[in-house]
Amino acid sequence: MDMLLQTVLQGALLGGLYCLFALGLSLMYGVMRLTNTAQGDFILLGSFTAIAVIAGLKILAPENMWLPLLLSPLLLIVAFGFGYVLQRQVLNKVLGKDPLPSLVVTFGLSIVIQNLLLEVFSADPRSIESAGLNTASLQIPGGITLGVLPVLILFLAITTTFGLQWMFNHTALGRGFRAVSDDLEIAQLMGLNAKRLYAYATGIAFMLITMAGVLQGMRTTVSPSDGPMLLLFAFEAVIIGGMGSFWGTLAGALLLGMTQQIGFRFDPGWGIWFGHIVFLLLLLVRPQGLFPKTVG
Amino acid sequence: MTALLQTHALTAFYGDAQALFGIDFEVHQGEMVAIIGANGAGKSTFMKALTGLVSTQRQQISWKGQAIGGLAPSDIVKRGIALVPEGRRLFPSLNVEENLLMGASAGRKGEWNLQRVFELFPILKEKRLQPSTSLSGGQQQMVAIGRALMSNPAVLLCDELSLGLAPIVIKEIYAAMPLICAQGMTAVIVEQDVSKAKEVSSRLYCFQEGQVSLHGTSSSLTQEQISKAYFGMPDAHAAVGGDA
Repeated sequence: MDMLLQTVLQGALLGGLYCLFALGLSLMYGVMRLTNTAQGDFILLGSFTAIAVIAGLKILAPENMWLPLLLSPLLLIVAFGFGYVLQRQVLNKVLGKDPLPSLVVTFGLSIVIQNLLLEVFSADPRSIESAGLNTASLQIPGGITLGVLPVLILFLAITTTFGLQWMFNHTALGRGFRAVSDDLEIAQLMGLNAKRLYAYATGIAFMLITMAGVLQGMRTTVSPSDGPMLLLFAFEAVIIGGMGSFWGTLAGALLLGMTQQIGFRFDPGWGIWFGHIVFLLLLLVRPQGLFPKTVG
Repeated sequence: MTALLQTHALTAFYGDAQALFGIDFEVHQGEMVAIIGANGAGKSTFMKALTGLVSTQRQQISWKGQAIGGLAPSDIVKRGIALVPEGRRLFPSLNVEENLLMGASAGRKGEWNLQRVFELFPILKEKRLQPSTSLSGGQQQMVAIGRALMSNPAVLLCDELSLGLAPIVIKEIYAAMPLICAQGMTAVIVEQDVSKAKEVSSRLYCFQEGQVSLHGTSSSLTQEQISKAYFGMPDAHAAVGGDA
């Protein structure tokens, strides 16, 4: 029994990370029906940017180990700016009724980023030093041990999901996002600047992507070729949860994490495969996902 | 006196097909102008061209003497042209109040705000937090009108207000028009019901196959003239006033 509980809890913690992988994808699809096939590679770009910044800081200020933590809000602001500019300069130009151009462009970006990272950082797996946070653990009643970092990640995933959903439901920006998602033509007729709204959405998505990248780099190792696998997990979480609902994405991510963890319990080679099987079964039984929101 | 809104030999396409073939149209400050015409006559495309949803040449539409044809819809609404679109087209994931608030996105100042819209249609105040999809057709039409008014337009364009509504509801909706226009609002309404159009408007245009087949002071036009312009047949007395 404890064994099962332990497995499910570990799965939920893994799911927290997948949720952060997936929220950006969910947001961009929800607002502008754009499927960012470079999601996984952008996550890695976030990880490696953090790795490079930390390495740089080590040279510049070797004794100050809290500096990276203090600078992380700055990294999120840079990420927002990156997403904003990417949307304005590139993605807005390929959005339209036909989903193919944007798919091709993000697919191209995925290849470019992957090779760029390979060129700069080599294929070696790396990780982000977290001063022991990644190995710290806490005991909870029932003889179960949980890692501090994974618990922190799950907490961040839940608060981020809540924050996004709240922003969507209760702010003027969120209202604008829903309006352009519902009916672009009428939203523009009301005077909304859809292209600017899209850029805000992508900016926010890139903050989430960067956060996911940094946490992934802290929790485990990252290597430039990991992108497609991260994208796959993000996809599975979004689709299990149902397009356009952030709570759905969180639920989908948790379910995926738990399924994989149960699979790992049977055989270390089965975890990810188990996740795919459950994903495919769910597609057969409930192709719209658990909590669909977005239509079309 | 220059017209508030004017088109000059306006041409426009509906998809790949040309829908408008040189429309000359004008509306003056404070006027209520009706546009009638059979299905496919180009009325809705005309409304879309005026609001920038369908592209046209710059010089073909002028607003207070300034060429505005083909500007982005968001630019046009900021100048003071608002559309109540055919089929209402409320935002389904927004509630009633949020739909109304979207109308204020253009940021124009004026007398219209949530308070005024709720005074005009009290039922909306009661249902303000309900999903817009849960409302009846007539109530949805009220939201669509309110949403357009929230932009504080100088000209209100209404595309087929009565579409799919029961006669009693149509009456209720039209009863609000004098209240809306009381402060000197200019309005252009597209209406399939010819007698309704004649009744509420001061001037009337009839479209046929993308051209103006008739226009004049509403009260001076005879049924015979209208039916001829509407159907393009000289002998269509009986059909006048029908819902074609």
